[in-house]
Amino acid sequence: MAFIPHTPEDIAGMLDVIGARSIEDLFDEIPKDLRAGVLNVPAPMSEMEIARLMGERAAIDGRPLNFIGAGAYEHHIPAPVWAIATRGEFYSAYTPYQAEASQGTLQLIYEYQSMMCALTGMEVSNASLYDGASALAEACLMAVRSNRSSNSRRILMPRAVNPTYAQVAQAIAGNQDISFVPVDFDRAAGRTLLEALKPHSGQDFTALVVQQPNFFGSLEEVDALTDWAHDNKIMLIAVVNPVSLALLKPPGEWGASVGGARGADIVCGEGQALGVPLSSGGPYFGFMATRMQYVRQMPGRIVGRTVDVEGRPGFSLTLQAREQHIRRSKATSNICTNQGLMVTAATIYMSLLGPQGLAAVAQASMQRTADLIAALGKVTGVRRAFTAPHFHEAVLILDRPPAAILAALARRGILGGLDLAERYPELGHALLVCATETKLGADIDAYATALAEAMKASRAAA
Amino acid sequence: MSNNIPSDLKYTKSHEWVRQAHGEAPNGTLEIGITDHAQSALGDLVFVEVPDVGRTLSAGEACAVVESVKAASDVYSPVAGKVIANNGALAGKPELLNEDPYGAGWLFRLESNGSLNAAALMSASAYESFLAEESK
Repeated sequence: MAFIPHTPEDIAGMLDVIGARSIEDLFDEIPKDLRAGVLNVPAPMSEMEIARLMGERAAIDGRPLNFIGAGAYEHHIPAPVWAIATRGEFYSAYTPYQAEASQGTLQLIYEYQSMMCALTGMEVSNASLYDGASALAEACLMAVRSNRSSNSRRILMPRAVNPTYAQVAQAIAGNQDISFVPVDFDRAAGRTLLEALKPHSGQDFTALVVQQPNFFGSLEEVDALTDWAHDNKIMLIAVVNPVSLALLKPPGEWGASVGGARGADIVCGEGQALGVPLSSGGPYFGFMATRMQYVRQMPGRIVGRTVDVEGRPGFSLTLQAREQHIRRSKATSNICTNQGLMVTAATIYMSLLGPQGLAAVAQASMQRTADLIAALGKVTGVRRAFTAPHFHEAVLILDRPPAAILAALARRGILGGLDLAERYPELGHALLVCATETKLGADIDAYATALAEAMKASRAAA
Repeated sequence: MSNNIPSDLKYTKSHEWVRQAHGEAPNGTLEIGITDHAQSALGDLVFVEVPDVGRTLSAGEACAVVESVKAASDVYSPVAGKVIANNGALAGKPELLNEDPYGAGWLFRLESNGSLNAAALMSASAYESFLAEESK
């Protein structure tokens, strides 16, 4: 049978009732020039043909030795993570529509929220968002709803924040009358300096975004930046790598004000590093946490623990009154896709590793990156760009354009890092490199050797 | 369904009421809340968000939110003016609005320079007819 729910007769009947002549009539209000037109989609394929095509495509990627991070990180994923996540009981990307009938799924999300609160030092977490970049866009929108002492709808966006995130925030929030003001980074340290914010003191800004570690892998002086924001009635949006939080101060404790740190107001980021494979860019998941004070402005679903009429413990969706199925266009978000399956994997990953295991992953990644920078720094024509302490990523400066060098490395099965020429031309021949716990000493040596040879060959050819 | 409509107030189609303050309050001060019909339709309120003092509102501007377990609804300012007081008690006790929508459940007070625009606001009897018409 055809897996199409409506026969031509059904469709004709329904069109007749609403007085439309064709399905095309229903799209009349969309101007013709905004339509996609004819899509160039190939003919249907059999399962065997599809499997073969996918196999061929996967082979093109190969199994390179990967030293690129820049927002997506290659960590070891223990085998039980996906063995458990793909069990029939869990294998869905969505919170069920009859949510309370699925107590197991709700409990898992509740545990996830609890773990994210513990990691970030915040009071409440949602059940996840689409990805890290859109989570930041949502955080900006949330800040505008929440910061009642600001009317400017202006947000300070340091250039050391992942430029893709800044671009997505601009695309989503920029179209809602919110503007972003860039804040430069220090060329020597590779981080955002308080001095760069001071010219904005006393002005009306809604929020300041601080990424820790920042896009260059450098550690920002988060306490000083947080205090500056709060002293100026500006909300602090923290963008963090959850793995790094096993070692670094949680955003809920940022700031050093007298009388106890207020901490970040909204924390968001990309959750992929917690047990989700790179998968050529997705699916990943975004996370968001905040303080109770702002919970009603937080987008996405929240699972709460409660008791039933007989006093037995159970889980339910809570604070749904501002979600899109009720508030429609005035909902806190209309993109709050829940990446439930990725969250399932992340929850299992965090459960398996525990706080000490996650700290060991973070520690090993930091050490491997230190080893990598030391090894590559010995190569003629390569030096480290910045002086600020790093986590598991750093910027190198080459004495020639990285593009050709990276191509030579790729031919040897090594992805040598991200060329920053396009995003940060002012840095010159800059290359962003990353090593996690998955890179052993031999891998780092192989990269250093290949880089030295590629640089030498390039010099000889010049 | 609960449906008390005091005769001394003015009403809007979006179910707000307006009281022209007298007695101790200065002239031109208006008190605003939502009607008994509205609170009854929303059900038990769990959260009420009121506008900040000092905010300038235009007529018809969304300026407060009443949230029940079922839905969060906007409250629109019936007239233009400046917020001179809001009902802070609702933050801890949103049920005040369910229990006493025309008294302890008031939302905010406005200082309005113009007089009440009779055309835009309904009398109690007109609001009663409007509700009867709406429920058909």
